[in-house]
Amino acid sequence: MVRSTINDDLREHRQFVSRSIALGLLVVLLFGALIARLAYLQITLHEHYRTLSSENRVKLVPLPPTRGLIYDRNGVLLAHNYPSYSLEITPDQVPDLKKTIAELRSILPISEEDVQRFDRLRRQRRRFEALQIRANLDEEEVARFSVVRHRFPGVDIHARLLRNYPLKETAVHALGYVGRINQQEQDAIDTADYSGTTHIGKLGVEKTYEEELHGEVGLQQVEVNATGRVIRVLETRAPVPGKNLRLHLDMGLQQAALEALGDEVGSVVAIDPKTGGVLALVSKPGYDPNPFVEGISGAAYKALRDSEDKPLYNRALRGIYPPGSTIKPFVALAGLEMNVVGAEQNKFCPGFYQLPGQTHRYRDWKKHGHGAVDLNKAIVESCDVYFYDLAHDLGIDRLHDFLSRFSFGRKTGIDLTEELAGLLPSREWKERARRQPWFPGETLIAGIGQGYVLATPLQLAAAAATMANGGRYVTPRVVASVEAPDGSAAAPPPTPPPAQMPIRSRNSWAQVIRGMTDVVESQRGTAKRIRTDAYKIAGKTGTAQVFTVQQDEEYDEDKIDKKLRDHALFIAFAPVEDPRIAVAVLIEHGGHGGAVAAPIARRVMDVYLLGEQPP
Amino acid sequence: MTLGPYGSAPFGRQPTLLGGWLARIHVDVPLLTGLLVLSGFGLVILYSASGQDWEQVEKQLLRLLLAFGVMLVVAQFPPARLRHWSPAIYGLAVVLLVFVLLLGDIGKGAQRWLDLGVIRFQPSEIAKLGVPMMVAWLLGSAPLPPTWRRLLVGGALTVVPVLLIAKQPDLGTALLVTSAGAAVLFFSGVSWRLIAGLAGLVAAAAPVAWTLMHDYQRQRVITFLDPERDPLGAGYHTIQAKIAIGSGGIYGKGLLNGTQSQLEFVPEKHTDFIFAVFAEEFGLVGVVSLLTLYAVIIMRGLYIATQAQDSYGRLLAGAVTCVFFVYAFVNVGMVIGVLPVVGVPLPLVSYGGTSLVTLMAGFGILMSVHTHRKMMT
Repeated sequence: MVRSTINDDLREHRQFVSRSIALGLLVVLLFGALIARLAYLQITLHEHYRTLSSENRVKLVPLPPTRGLIYDRNGVLLAHNYPSYSLEITPDQVPDLKKTIAELRSILPISEEDVQRFDRLRRQRRRFEALQIRANLDEEEVARFSVVRHRFPGVDIHARLLRNYPLKETAVHALGYVGRINQQEQDAIDTADYSGTTHIGKLGVEKTYEEELHGEVGLQQVEVNATGRVIRVLETRAPVPGKNLRLHLDMGLQQAALEALGDEVGSVVAIDPKTGGVLALVSKPGYDPNPFVEGISGAAYKALRDSEDKPLYNRALRGIYPPGSTIKPFVALAGLEMNVVGAEQNKFCPGFYQLPGQTHRYRDWKKHGHGAVDLNKAIVESCDVYFYDLAHDLGIDRLHDFLSRFSFGRKTGIDLTEELAGLLPSREWKERARRQPWFPGETLIAGIGQGYVLATPLQLAAAAATMANGGRYVTPRVVASVEAPDGSAAAPPPTPPPAQMPIRSRNSWAQVIRGMTDVVESQRGTAKRIRTDAYKIAGKTGTAQVFTVQQDEEYDEDKIDKKLRDHALFIAFAPVEDPRIAVAVLIEHGGHGGAVAAPIARRVMDVYLLGEQPP
Repeated sequence: MTLGPYGSAPFGRQPTLLGGWLARIHVDVPLLTGLLVLSGFGLVILYSASGQDWEQVEKQLLRLLLAFGVMLVVAQFPPARLRHWSPAIYGLAVVLLVFVLLLGDIGKGAQRWLDLGVIRFQPSEIAKLGVPMMVAWLLGSAPLPPTWRRLLVGGALTVVPVLLIAKQPDLGTALLVTSAGAAVLFFSGVSWRLIAGLAGLVAAAAPVAWTLMHDYQRQRVITFLDPERDPLGAGYHTIQAKIAIGSGGIYGKGLLNGTQSQLEFVPEKHTDFIFAVFAEEFGLVGVVSLLTLYAVIIMRGLYIATQAQDSYGRLLAGAVTCVFFVYAFVNVGMVIGVLPVVGVPLPLVSYGGTSLVTLMAGFGILMSVHTHRKMMT
């Protein structure tokens, strides 16, 4: 055995040596072939290539495409490009950098910060790259430098197009902005296509539609002199400019919503139920995206980030709030559609609700109760006890399945990348996420849109739109069409087809919508103050608890710190007969939905439906 | 293995003072010398190719130091230990590759990097060593030449990570990992007839591969076959590199005097196309010297492999050497236009750090195999 192992080993070794020799020969052979080819190039064809090389003054320069423009639905310009002149230094071609900078500063205003930024760039980039030392030269400064340019080898004026958002913060949370390409993005893009492009969409529409907006890079064949300066242009393959975007957004409406919000912190989202077009997407406060294009200064960014009202926070897409009573019409519909309750069936409300065998009292917002309550009254007066009981009868799983059809708990699929899915709890979710069983009391709380339930203003608007559509879910879209720069070949962005949810009885939808209409129309409605003769509104108020009131305490708004006050919510659509707009309004710490949020929704609907101009 | 009593000195001959110290830290002096000379060459060329940018040269020097450090560390582990770790390293590589691919699907577009917060690295680099280690582990655990079954398993162990890498898509690395796995099979004594059959199969599979390729990969093949087709676009690299090389002549234009390179006609001139800069400035004489240096290192690697004491060490050392050869051959071949452009750097010369560390870890394995030998009496 030992003997045969040794023999095996010797044989294996011999075999290996012969294979090594074979590979060694292959190496010699292939390297020989390379050398033969090199000798052919460097000896036989040397004259030919030497001539080509000495005549080789032709260089390729990428021509970045012009980024597509963005308009609102009425043609108002939201994002464009303007020529900007910057002063650039190629360190490689400058004999004495310190001296050059000092001399430049005697001609042009160059701040200490500019110099520091330049030094930073210089450490990151290669020596033969042109680096910016001053941005945004005005025409007079350009002229002043041009006169003395011959004194500054390696220093040049560089003209390029810069992105600009003329309406500043008005639509920033929908539009987003572009910024310099970072390392992570660099790894993900086609470098050939982005040679010459310095900016890329970071957020919002600018990010989602990066491919459409960017266009295709062009190339220019230029003749250069011995130091690399361009002498003349030989041939050009023009870049293909990016496509323009036309949004569903209406800047008049956007502006009106912003103004209606006044000093409040919150969000307004308006959707055209038929097309899914997002008419307004407001998150207040906003911020000016323009400084982000060229790189916002550290101090300015810090100020934005640390501001108490969080202007960078996109409340419309990422703000997740308890929907409160605005969820009630959907719960009512679940009850009717699943045949758990009849529209005329009465429940008695003594002002509190108790689960069988428990002493805990789930309280109604109305201390002494609503008395006998049917479905209509429950929606109109927002009776909590009715919905505690209904949710209890439905059970959390049925409730979860029904509500998720309205995009609660899942992303709406809007063409903006930042949106969050909120949370629609279920037994399965709680076991997975919390490793706890579901408690019956939690179903009650979910039935009035509190507890674990969380939704974004966008989700609330989408749900209202789906209600207005009679169960037809249309995926929200900010962009209406993508078109060629000359306006031709307009095409809508890819969108999933509208989906009609299964319906048991049209009548139950009519019942719930009547309830929502009475919220505004009826004398007892929680939003009766926004009633108008001009058109009919269906709505629902909501008040989302931020602060938990103890079992025996009273909630007294005046005594509570503003930061602990309830969020005010309102969802609506109008006109009821043929809905053209669905709105969700959320005011952080606004108090009662009917008092604070509803008038803002009314204002937005007035502007859209009656064509009223913002004051 | 039961092969008699052990000696203590790793070398047969009487060591010098420095040699003795280097031997004690498991360094193979001839190999180290070759690598140092090559790195020195590399830094000089980089200085020129980067447009005399000291900062880049310094950065590369730091990377080289790190890489040589890694080599030293790897050399300290005896082959038995490396062998023991082989399946784990291979498994880690495959898991990370799958992970990167999943992340890439989410991130949309090519994804090769795994970001661990502190460091970012390409899992495909681990596969470059993990695959030959694993296949050598498998085939080395039974008498050679391997049975059909072992051969098939070895082939599968190679193909899985290769497909994952090709999907990223990173053709250059996929090629290197393939060659690593294939080298182990080759050294294990697979019959010549099978090798010929496989070569035929690959040739037959080319049309299939064509239909599976990305557009840009097809573009590269078309450009390779006929660079003049698109002189402004895809063919530009190849044409300009050829002009640089051809105009260099026998003796070259001299350091820093390559007009093609200094005026930036040669693209990627400090990374994948650095050989063109070298050929322009140092001419045929320089090129032949450089290739000779590569050949010397390869021969030393093969010699070390033949001296290894078990099949694992032999197969792995042979495969590592073979990959080094493929690196050099594919890069030079691509720059001078006899192979299509795939992203393979010129080993120890191209600017960049990721593949450098793996490469030197490979040489660490060679040194480990050579210096941990037990002497037979």
